[in-house]
Amino acid sequence: MSFSISLTINGEKRAIALDDPRVTLLDLLRERLHLTGAKKGCDRGQCGACTVLVDGRRINSCLTLAASLDGADITTVEGLANGDDLHPVQAAFIAHDGLQCGYCTPGQIMSAVGLIAEGHAGDDPERVRELMSGNICRCGAYKGITEAVLDAQKTLKDGKRRDAA
Amino acid sequence: MNRFEYVRPASVQEAVTAASQPGSVYLAAGTNLLDLMKLGAARPERVIDITRLPGLGEIDWRPDGSVRIGAMVRNSDLAYDERFARTFPVVAEALLSGASAQLRNAATVGGNLMQQTRCAYFQDVASACNRRAPGSGCDAREGENRLHAVLGWSESCIATHPSDFCVPLVALDAVTEVAGPNGMRDVAIDALHALPGETPERETALQPGELITALKLPSDAAAFADHARYLKVRERTSFAFAVVSAAAALRIDGGKIQSARLALGGVAAKPWRARDAEAVLENAPPTQEAFAKAAELALSEARPSGKNAFKIELARRLIVRALSLSTEGTPEAMPALPASPFATVPSANHAR
Repeated sequence: MSFSISLTINGEKRAIALDDPRVTLLDLLRERLHLTGAKKGCDRGQCGACTVLVDGRRINSCLTLAASLDGADITTVEGLANGDDLHPVQAAFIAHDGLQCGYCTPGQIMSAVGLIAEGHAGDDPERVRELMSGNICRCGAYKGITEAVLDAQKTLKDGKRRDAA
Repeated sequence: MNRFEYVRPASVQEAVTAASQPGSVYLAAGTNLLDLMKLGAARPERVIDITRLPGLGEIDWRPDGSVRIGAMVRNSDLAYDERFARTFPVVAEALLSGASAQLRNAATVGGNLMQQTRCAYFQDVASACNRRAPGSGCDAREGENRLHAVLGWSESCIATHPSDFCVPLVALDAVTEVAGPNGMRDVAIDALHALPGETPERETALQPGELITALKLPSDAAAFADHARYLKVRERTSFAFAVVSAAAALRIDGGKIQSARLALGGVAAKPWRARDAEAVLENAPPTQEAFAKAAELALSEARPSGKNAFKIELARRLIVRALSLSTEGTPEAMPALPASPFATVPSANHAR
């Protein structure tokens, strides 16, 4: 069984031939499109290393069939920076030491981008921790991650205010 | 994962026809099904993708105050819908206490209701499990069973239903709207999930091909909005299934409980409505004595299925806590840690 789907990936529209409906979005990104930012940690939706945005919402790409996403808009960590200019969330993770080994970091960053867009955390670190609980960090960089999310959120908000002025 | 035929129907009717063939399953977000397929615990021959079906993504309010929620509405969209969260706060709190933000963004209303037990023996194809492989036995019976059922279990199966969402739904008399080969029908949440008995493989009341198209909450469920809490004890602060959970909803007037709703999660193969406990609360003053009596009644038929006797006392105490916090009143804003039994004030912080 083979069929074709259309996906917009990091702003680029692509026609993708699938020879097997079993392909998850994560495997499609990593194995076929060579976008290896999203990581396969647990492959069961428990670690968050595979987090990407689908139509602007953060989801676990390991638990999504690519075939069911025909027409969707996907953003991976590769799509965040503008050339050498890092996205504010990426810059904040570096500034606040929000990582150690780095394996979970693309998922953490995509989850943080989603969290900020959702807008339910305010400036409450407790809410940030709760809403980031789908991303596990074995190195235990949680303190820096929480600070990075709050700082990036502030940067993005200030930027928006400047753009509006 | 086994090979399967992928079918994308264009209408509910087409979906029902396709899924009426043996070996078929419906695929919504797939957050539970794909996991089970990777483990080999689910091996469908045909996967019917219902994510594009028209008309299943709306939240419709009726003039009488009841609401019809399309089966494909995502968990996070429902929980953060302002009117829904204000009208049914106990349901919103349960939704936000479940899974992770990523999973809630994907998981659907219908999929949550149809999710399967997280019993490790059900998920492990090398283990005996009457629910997965009828007649093979139950390795949980003598296994790691401290999280298993204390109510409504049988020698065939001691698994629990994992949903948080379903607990307040059963308390509030929610009803599913189901499309099937013979037309539409309504199935109450209380009648949707089956207790195991001798046939644990029959997990729900749905017949082959039947599809949940919507969830309906009756208008009188809104009367509990001022005094309703969902509390959940879990083994870590966030992103864990319930060890035990409780949904409590009260209508209090003139210093007396006018009506009460109470349901438990994590204790049985279905969300467990505690009707005897509700009856004893009605017309009683909202006191610790009344709550303790209700808790006793709710667990009167409980018995351990293994190393889990602690869950019975835990459930009693959680009921008292849920009723106490409901009496204090539904919080103005969603708590930072939804359903946490430890955070009694909005500023409480125990995740540091």
